[in-house]
Amino acid sequence: MNTLPLPTTDVTPPSLPMRTLRFLLQIAGYTLGFLLLLGLTFLALRIPAAEALRSLWTGAFGDAQNGHLAALSNTLIETTPLVLTGLGVVVAWRAGLFSIGGEGQLLMGALAATALAKVGGHLPAPLLTVLMVLVATLSGAVWGALAGWLRVRRNVQEVISTIMLNYVAKFVVSWLVLGVLQEHTHHNPQSESLPNTVLFARLLPRQWSDNMQTSLHGGVFLALLAVLVIAVALYRTPMGFGLRVMGQNAEAARAAHFPVDALRMRAMAISGGLCGLAGVIELLGSSTGSLPANDFSSGWGYTAVPVALLGGLHPGGTLLSALFFGALTAGCRNLSQFQGVPTVLIYLIQGMAVLAVVGGRASRARRTGSETE
Amino acid sequence: MTVVGGALLGTLSLATPLLLAALGETVVQRSGVVNVGLEGMMLTGAFAAFVGTVLSVHLPYHLLGADPNPYFGLVVAVLAGMLIALVFALFVVRLAANQVVVGVVVNLLALGLTGTLLRTLPRTGGGFLQTQALPQIFFNQTILTPLAFIAVPCVWWWLFRTRRGLELRACGEQPVAAEAAGIPVMRRRTAAILFGGAMAGLAGAFLSVGDVPTFQEGMSAGRGFIALAIVTSGRWNPWGCLIAALVFGFTDRLQIQGQAIGLHIPHDLLLALPYIATLLILAFGSGWSVSPAALGRPYRRT
Repeated sequence: MNTLPLPTTDVTPPSLPMRTLRFLLQIAGYTLGFLLLLGLTFLALRIPAAEALRSLWTGAFGDAQNGHLAALSNTLIETTPLVLTGLGVVVAWRAGLFSIGGEGQLLMGALAATALAKVGGHLPAPLLTVLMVLVATLSGAVWGALAGWLRVRRNVQEVISTIMLNYVAKFVVSWLVLGVLQEHTHHNPQSESLPNTVLFARLLPRQWSDNMQTSLHGGVFLALLAVLVIAVALYRTPMGFGLRVMGQNAEAARAAHFPVDALRMRAMAISGGLCGLAGVIELLGSSTGSLPANDFSSGWGYTAVPVALLGGLHPGGTLLSALFFGALTAGCRNLSQFQGVPTVLIYLIQGMAVLAVVGGRASRARRTGSETE
Repeated sequence: MTVVGGALLGTLSLATPLLLAALGETVVQRSGVVNVGLEGMMLTGAFAAFVGTVLSVHLPYHLLGADPNPYFGLVVAVLAGMLIALVFALFVVRLAANQVVVGVVVNLLALGLTGTLLRTLPRTGGGFLQTQALPQIFFNQTILTPLAFIAVPCVWWWLFRTRRGLELRACGEQPVAAEAAGIPVMRRRTAAILFGGAMAGLAGAFLSVGDVPTFQEGMSAGRGFIALAIVTSGRWNPWGCLIAALVFGFTDRLQIQGQAIGLHIPHDLLLALPYIATLLILAFGSGWSVSPAALGRPYRRT
């Protein structure tokens, strides 16, 4: 970051076929390592490895017997929030801001949307849906910008402030949902259910999957759209250029008259907005649209960090790695249903995956003498 | 015992794990490394202390007697904390990888590893995981509480009144200059991280065998992150950490006793209070200005 020398060795970029080959070899290596790790874990838990792996695969992609649609729909549902929160991490970390605040921003998004639904229940359904999405994105952005403001004006490390804001958001949600936003009977710790017209439509008709309603919803398109928008914003706009320069070297960016403070605020706001969007998509994509007082998010905001890191902090890579983690989550759910495998196994896999990538990158950088991250 | 005395001791005991972890992290950050994996190290310590206590019965020749020995658990917790700290140091110091990234990974690994290994443990009647707690040696406190409070002046003395402490702080302020002066920066940072791991292990042990002798998935419940906040709001000084840890312990205690003494603040807001307090302290204290200058920056010998 500051005092390191420029690369001393002559680094000419390898040719495209070489790069492709190296990339494929890497993927193969990671896949092998991944399967090995899983196998070892299953052995340690005294679970038949082959059967467990098959169950994992079936959970994520289905099988010939039960069809593929239901499983694939589960995978995509798990992928959707991870894409958005992962993109949030990409934007912030690319700008050199190590935000871990996705969880809180996501909760604040869902909370704001719920509050709007309470106040504006009389609005026509499509309008209410659109407004909820906008308000959630906005309030996620505000929650993110709060950490940005603390960094820019008060010099508070964003690592710490975003974690603190996650906890504050969590308790604000349970306070309000158990208070003014609670459903009218006051029996259940959740907010009012929303009418079906407000919720996202189910994409796959029943008859496609043995009359079982798969819960794939329109949110998946919003996530894909976000990947495109963020990719363009990062690589094809002056602001994106500024963010990336700042992420490489903030002092150099300041010296080159980039508006570093404004860029930091913007990066945190965009990052938070994406997470807020993830929150409302999960709310509107659920079967009832009611916000529970606790455990609304199954750690999407935190998982976003390994998702984005494994995706090389790149929007396209993040989409792929979110798919990988989405499939893994859906697969693990199937696994835990049938064989008593802990769901936390997924964290172990995530950790190992990121460690392999980070370790590989760092040791390469050490050999060539260039910067990591 | 009076109500006030009870509240005071409650505060001390709630502050203990935070203080232990924060003191270790203070040394780590003074050496120029920020360890976001503190949470995971505490969780590992909690798990290791629990397992160590359970397994102490199976030592050869019944070395520690026939009953589970929580002190053996403490030793195992310290070793486990240092082991995971060694992995962290390998990536952060040797490979000069991004410290926040590796910290996040440590948290994930700890959560996954302890949760998975938990399933391999034998369960006692009723499916509960239980073992022996640390004995309370005075005023209903285990050995860890006095240990944490005695560690405050010790760490302060070492950091600010010894040559080694000065050298460590130099590594965190100007690693290049320190190296030029003959201080092995990478080795000192590794040593600091190992100390941080050991302290985090003890802090974790307090959670699992200190009070209610059990282990639950993810039982550190964000305390490692609070300890990080304590280091920052304590201005990288052990005495500051002591004050901040006590404030946290007190607010924690307040939310437990809040209802009992008829405070009319919603429960959830009381729970959020410590985090809001940290944010306010960080925002309106002088913050960055006193932080080690090279904090968070990887250093590589050239």
